[in-house]
Amino acid sequence: MSEPIHIEHDVAADDYQLAGAASNNVKETLKMLGLSSSICRRAAIITYEAEMNLVIHGGGGRIAANIDQESVEIMAVDRGPGIPNVELAIQEGFTTAGDRAREMGFGAGMGLPNIKRNADIFEIDTEVGAGTTVRTVIYFQHGQ
Amino acid sequence: MTLEDIARVVGATSLCGEDKLAAIEVPKAYSCDLMSDVLAFCSPGAMLITGLTNIQIVRTAQMLDIPGVMFVRGKRPQEDTITLASDSGIPLIITQMSMFQVCGMLYAAGIKPCFDVRREN
Ligand SMILES: Nc1ncnc2c1ncn2[C@@H]1O[C@H](COP(=O)(O)OP(=O)(O)OP(=O)(O)O)[C@@H](O)[C@H]1O
Ligand SMILES: [Mg+2]
Repeated sequence: MSEPIHIEHDVAADDYQLAGAASNNVKETLKMLGLSSSICRRAAIITYEAEMNLVIHGGGGRIAANIDQESVEIMAVDRGPGIPNVELAIQEGFTTAGDRAREMGFGAGMGLPNIKRNADIFEIDTEVGAGTTVRTVIYFQHGQ
Repeated sequence: MTLEDIARVVGATSLCGEDKLAAIEVPKAYSCDLMSDVLAFCSPGAMLITGLTNIQIVRTAQMLDIPGVMFVRGKRPQEDTITLASDSGIPLIITQMSMFQVCGMLYAAGIKPCFDVRREN
């Protein structure tokens, strides 16, 4: 591809019906661009986990993806409650998910660890009361 | 084994994508009711066996290109779940058997786990 590609989707809070649609869109775009199945898979996992966190914890927000020659950057931005203790939040098993999310199969406290595992760069910028930004980058050449 | 063979072993019937069952080879399966667990551990090409029936099951399957999903204990998903699967080309099958029985029978029939941690000794 010659031009960088930018995709953006709004994600609604607590909408379990529509949740995942944005991620599927991002994934379909990456596939269409001819990226390898392993890159598409990693990007899909990151995007979907980040989207579900927007739905469940972040009060909704926005999913964005930037694709260029070398990498795909995926960002999830919200103006929700923020994460008081990031160290704790990225540990496997830590969750504050409520009953509704658990009934749907979420709340294992595995989302952020999954994101981290699949990303070459993983950054969380968060402030209590102001919101959370999760930024990840996958490099095409590292990650097969 | 194909999805059709698998369905026969556990007496499962099709909810959508019936015409595809015979053409999809499934070497492995993952059984789980936690989406993040599926996203972390379900290897490429493995089918999903689950007791959850909400629409996010199909979203998860979409994300990972999971070749097919089986619902256990006769729990039928809602129509919107079936519609999304049908639109995404993901076959859904349903069996009356429990998760335990399904897994035991499919393992005995040669379906592999996503990661095999049996000890040698
Ligand atoms: N965007 C967010 N805004 C506020 N808190 C968040 C956000 N994302 C994650 N968290 C906090 O971090 C915790 C861990 O998140 P993580 O995604 O790892 O697990 P989970 O969402 O609770 O469960 P799972 O992802 O396995 O369904 C959450 O329970 C929540 O407390
Ligand atoms: Mg999560």
